[in-house]
Amino acid sequence: MAIEVRVPTILRSYTGGAKIVEGAGDTLTALIDDLDAKHNGLKGRLITPEGGLHRFVNIYVNDEDVRFLGALDAKLSDGDSITILPAVAGGALGFAAAAALLGSRYPSNHPAAAPN
Amino acid sequence: MARYESLLDALGGTPLVGLPRLSPSVPEGAPAVRLWAKLEDRNPTGSIKDRAALYMVREAEESGHLRPGDTILEPTSGNTGIALAMVAKLRGYRLVCVMPENVSAERIQLLRMYGAEILFSPAAGGSNQAVATAKQVAAEHPDWKMLYQYGNPANARAHFETTGPELLQDLPTITHFVAGLGTTGTLMGTGRFLKDKVDGIQIIAAEPRYGELVYGLRNIDEGYVPELYDASVLDRRFSVGTRDAVLRTRQLVEVEGIFAGFSSGAILHAALAVAHEAVKAGRRADVAFVIADGGWKYLSTGAYGGTLNDAEEALEGQLWA
Repeated sequence: MAIEVRVPTILRSYTGGAKIVEGAGDTLTALIDDLDAKHNGLKGRLITPEGGLHRFVNIYVNDEDVRFLGALDAKLSDGDSITILPAVAGGALGFAAAAALLGSRYPSNHPAAAPN
Repeated sequence: MARYESLLDALGGTPLVGLPRLSPSVPEGAPAVRLWAKLEDRNPTGSIKDRAALYMVREAEESGHLRPGDTILEPTSGNTGIALAMVAKLRGYRLVCVMPENVSAERIQLLRMYGAEILFSPAAGGSNQAVATAKQVAAEHPDWKMLYQYGNPANARAHFETTGPELLQDLPTITHFVAGLGTTGTLMGTGRFLKDKVDGIQIIAAEPRYGELVYGLRNIDEGYVPELYDASVLDRRFSVGTRDAVLRTRQLVEVEGIFAGFSSGAILHAALAVAHEAVKAGRRADVAFVIADGGWKYLSTGAYGGTLNDAEEALEGQLWA
């Protein structure tokens, strides 16, 4: 069965630059083993030597954090969508800067906000 | 009560309003499933962060960490900075904010209006860089006081002592609480309070999922989890992308008349997911969620109008929550 997996930039060196890869498995563990067989070394970036999910890696099944769905034992089904993301403060509402004007479309009057 | 001795005394006690049109309909005879929005934009500077800002300053004063005339240093580009700037002004402190340089003009203007000074960190480094820069500045100015919202227990305590009790008082039948996950203070404080008081309550986190430009990480080992975070307080955690957040933010204003920022749209997205699950299961649900701030500061993004594709593009690479 095919499960779509979204890979963050910092792990794409393992997937030949691919942003989305396909894998198979009825649990997250099985899926990661399958991915590692095709993309050697990926498993070591996701799982600690002790066998747990890396502290700074978040994995989501259909947008829900697997740590609350059984972690590595989480059940997967055909058609599920998996997203791997680094855990960062950038996802923090504490940095609530919604109107961060990075793009050139909405230039601000602050010179540092110009596109770079 | 509608009369207060000062602006700081008017903090909290925000309205909890029902969403009769956005709440899912249930089959006849089935238990009701209702959505309730806690309007945190009704705080003095317009966001839920006023609660944490006041608690962190007050705690630092009581412990002797802050003395009159001190300088407060905080890595924030957003609502915490604006809230702290107001509290600092009223209590007689100088505030220096460290923030990524890709921040909106509204934010810079608001912070400066309240008297805050701003040190910019490179946008390329994302918010991790802002935190790192702040730590470096703190090392150079050891007399400046960092309140450090990501690891300050007073942040979570503000919600344990105010947000949680307010929700329980206004909605004793609450079954789910949904809020944004950033510093994690809102969810940790409110969640701990409600778990202690309400059997079986579900505490649900909604975190924004940004374009990768924002993260600015070179290595997976550079990740960052706020010290306040305790996963055992949460029951579920949703990652919400820009498109869903914008769609729900627009529904809030179009369907219920609530003009909110995009983080609130992300929170509503998770709240609707659990509400629909309850309908499917035939279970009663009173789902309370947070409107973290109003939409005013985000108007310049242009993401309230046009197609969803336009909005998604406009917010690409931005910290929209």
